[in-house]
Amino acid sequence: MLDTLLLIALFIQSLAALGCMYRVIKGPSVSDRVVALDSMGISLISITAMLSVLLRSQSFMDIILLIGILAFIGTIAYSKFIERGVVIDRNRRGK
Amino acid sequence: MNINDVILRTATKVITFIILAFSLYLFFAGHNNPGGGFIGGLVTASALVLMYLAFDLESMKKAIPVNYITMTAVGLLIAVATGLGSFLFGAPFLSHTFDYFDLPLFGEKTELATAVLFDLGVYLTVVGITMTIILAIGEDQS
Repeated sequence: MLDTLLLIALFIQSLAALGCMYRVIKGPSVSDRVVALDSMGISLISITAMLSVLLRSQSFMDIILLIGILAFIGTIAYSKFIERGVVIDRNRRGK
Repeated sequence: MNINDVILRTATKVITFIILAFSLYLFFAGHNNPGGGFIGGLVTASALVLMYLAFDLESMKKAIPVNYITMTAVGLLIAVATGLGSFLFGAPFLSHTFDYFDLPLFGEKTELATAVLFDLGVYLTVVGITMTIILAIGEDQS
């Protein structure tokens, strides 16, 4: 029963990730692609969580937190590149 | 144009400590659970990268006065020293051992292994090399 529900939820989450993939390929601006990649990372977190329940394993809990951290840092790096053109500033005035 | 990114800086000051705690957990969990020196070093480097993203090179150099190339060298030295340390006891190179100790804070029969010292070398090397690569790319002269 639980496995069937989890498989259905995995299918729906994969469809959501596919929708984000459509926005990554088709998106008119760079910001659309960045936001779509970020929400694809969130979908990946959810897929990992459901898969770890399906496999009856607790070894994937670190992966979930790790994907969250990496998606956050990647999104911040992309948005800083979009806004200023540099990722790491040289001094406090941002030049 | 003066960009005010107070939300990013305030969030970074909190999130960096969470990521550093997670990296320490990964480093010490590596013996019995997924984790270890490599992934712990990478997560520490990602926390440092987040601080470099939110702040800038000059104030970070003042906040963390660490030469990352020296850190790489110290990590390699620790890893080689744990390998050479087994010669003191007449064992082959890189032989590791463990024993149980009664520590005041961690309870009785705490397992201490010399493989943690080798992992510490791996950790320092990974942090040093990652930060050296990222900062060498980030520091453009133009």
